[in-house]
Amino acid sequence: MTHGWAGHILRVDLSRGKATKEPLRLDWAEEYIGGRGLAARYLYEEMDPSVDALGPDNKLIMATGPLTGTNASCGSRYMVVTKGPLTGAITTSNSGGHWGPELKFAGYDMVIVEGRSDRPCYLLVDDDRVEIRDASNVWGKVVSETEDAIRDETGMPELRVAGIGPAGENLVRFACIVNDKHRAAGRSGVGAVMGSKNLKAIAVRGNQGVRIARPRDYMSAIWPYHEHLAESPGRQGLTELGTAPTIDLVNAFGGLPTRNFTAGQFEGTEAINGESIKDNWLVANKACFACNIACGRVTQVSPNADQYMVNMHPRNWKVAGEGPEYENLWSLGADCGVDDMDAIVMANYLCNDLGMDPISMGATLAAAMEMYERGLLSDGQTGMAFRFGDGKALVAMTEATGFREGFGDELAEGSKRMTEKFEHPEYFMGVKGQEFPAYDPRGFQGMGVAYATCNRGACHLRAWTPGIETTGEHDPHGTEGKSVWVAEEQNRTTAHDATGICMFTTAGAPLEDLIPVLSAATGVDYTMEDFVHIGERIWNIERLWNLRAGLTAADDTLPKRLMEEAHKDGPSAGVTVDLDAMLPDYYAARGWSADGRPTTEKLMELGLA
Amino acid sequence: MAKSLRIIPEKCTGCMQCELACSWVQTGMFQPSRSLIRVNIFDEQASYAPYTCFQCDEAWCMTACPVNAISVDADTGAKVVADANCVGCGLCTIACPFGTVFYNPDTQKAFKCDLCDGNPACAVACPTGAIEYTESESADWLGGWAEKVNASYLQSIEGGNAA
Repeated sequence: MTHGWAGHILRVDLSRGKATKEPLRLDWAEEYIGGRGLAARYLYEEMDPSVDALGPDNKLIMATGPLTGTNASCGSRYMVVTKGPLTGAITTSNSGGHWGPELKFAGYDMVIVEGRSDRPCYLLVDDDRVEIRDASNVWGKVVSETEDAIRDETGMPELRVAGIGPAGENLVRFACIVNDKHRAAGRSGVGAVMGSKNLKAIAVRGNQGVRIARPRDYMSAIWPYHEHLAESPGRQGLTELGTAPTIDLVNAFGGLPTRNFTAGQFEGTEAINGESIKDNWLVANKACFACNIACGRVTQVSPNADQYMVNMHPRNWKVAGEGPEYENLWSLGADCGVDDMDAIVMANYLCNDLGMDPISMGATLAAAMEMYERGLLSDGQTGMAFRFGDGKALVAMTEATGFREGFGDELAEGSKRMTEKFEHPEYFMGVKGQEFPAYDPRGFQGMGVAYATCNRGACHLRAWTPGIETTGEHDPHGTEGKSVWVAEEQNRTTAHDATGICMFTTAGAPLEDLIPVLSAATGVDYTMEDFVHIGERIWNIERLWNLRAGLTAADDTLPKRLMEEAHKDGPSAGVTVDLDAMLPDYYAARGWSADGRPTTEKLMELGLA
Repeated sequence: MAKSLRIIPEKCTGCMQCELACSWVQTGMFQPSRSLIRVNIFDEQASYAPYTCFQCDEAWCMTACPVNAISVDADTGAKVVADANCVGCGLCTIACPFGTVFYNPDTQKAFKCDLCDGNPACAVACPTGAIEYTESESADWLGGWAEKVNASYLQSIEGGNAA
């Protein structure tokens, strides 16, 4: 009998219409913990990384960690691991809500989806009863309606649903998998992979429990962890204002990318920051499963939003939905030059319901807006004027992208492919085909190397350098010590991702608090050293996967704009990213060769050779 | 004055820590399907409300039990099921107007909130103070709350013209 881990995986072959329950590889579980790590191990073993991301040979893994479904604060997470259609790299996209825990309660640590159904289907998992069901009633529906319809159709109101909206069906390259209506495995287009398999959703009900190996140790470890979290200012800030206050912090350092990274500060931050949301849009805080933070914002739009009415409008205008979070405030706001919160909230809500990543959506539109303003895209091509700051264009194009209508069909390819098609790839702001999130590396030098080296393309969650660059610990503009810190932090966050616990707990409780909780739950004695070592192992196996997929050190790079054009004013004026200085240090810190390949010694040390 | 469980729905964020704590007490596992406290989620209204047995003064579960297996705990005032007496007929689960008495198919007994012998795990676990275990002036706080909700509902359907 397993503890922490449920002990089984669910393998679903959609081509053959078969679902099987398999025992979990416990040796791998111990070596990779779970979630992101365990799924990467399976994917590395089972799949040729060179296959087409949107073809039937790609596998879609949704994996929980051993602490998912426990009461350990924020033990709500699952990780979607697959080949990303935006990047061609391994992608690891994380979500909270209630779906992951429900999968554990049904008795599975992960689901591996293979093949492609010849007609739209959804998966119903009710403990050991697993059915591949006809989805013709829900295909075409938006995320929230899909969830309701599946509950109605099955007569099971307790179902937790993770699925795609029209964007995933239409293979928008940055479509999400959304669970519990508002929580998304957001980045890298995992929703398009689900859509390519003709799989609309996975609906789960679980009646079993998550067992704990050493209950007494577990409970004595959980209380300090929860207490430190409760008392910390970081946690209190997230509860009070959500993630949005980061707008002010990042703007103050000249690191808030504005109008497709042409400026480092946005003049409209007062309209889109945490206070603004709290005072004008917030209805309530909402927590994910077992979350003692509740950073989620339930918001409603004002009557002013009527001007942004789109064809597919929300059913309930009183409560618009969840968000926007910091990243979306930036991508749909500052990056597009929009400071009208009603437009941002609307676009964000559309992203949720259509099932699209608002970061890539806003960033792709921002690239198109810059090209439009420079005369590189005409009204004839775009079908409408879209200048920076145009809230109507923002909302209209967000909807058009989800349905691939008009110029939305171009935006749906993501900004790398869109800018290449219109012959100006220099306006793509991202790495490995994935758009940057909301930190300008010219304001935070360390983000340069963090973005360039992240296995899933540009991402802020693997090594968040503002954590050391805004506190006086490190010069935000210098390169000194950044590479080593980024490599070490990537190991820590990667191991953390494998546990099933939300990254935001690290804003309050020290990582040291979590290790005894993990050990007592699983019965495997992990030390801090083991934990970081596992993180490094996972990072390296992802890297190996990417190398096999055809990526090289040449992909560890940044757009020229960041390396050559400095901002003219503000706190980050005159700074460019010196990646040439940081990248060799990073490879060295990782024990990799000068061309970014893990050495045999390193692989032996990690048990990968 | 007896202590009672009070729910303050406005403070609830829907995190389910109460369900986890309760199921831990019931089963030694994290198994929300066996929790005696349940969080109702009203997404469209952005409203969440845990509810469990509020230990009614006039307890219909007790009245319905044909074998007197449910009695009042002298210290806490909780209505407690005595496993030795319970025959698993399920009448109490039907009699309870709030649906807070459950039947366990494994033990074939009824089970319900017993206030954890005076230290309810749900109240301890709640991170936002939405569940309190306090001495209260009136045991019927739930009725007061329902009246408040009713009044605002009536006002909304009467277009704000209610007295």
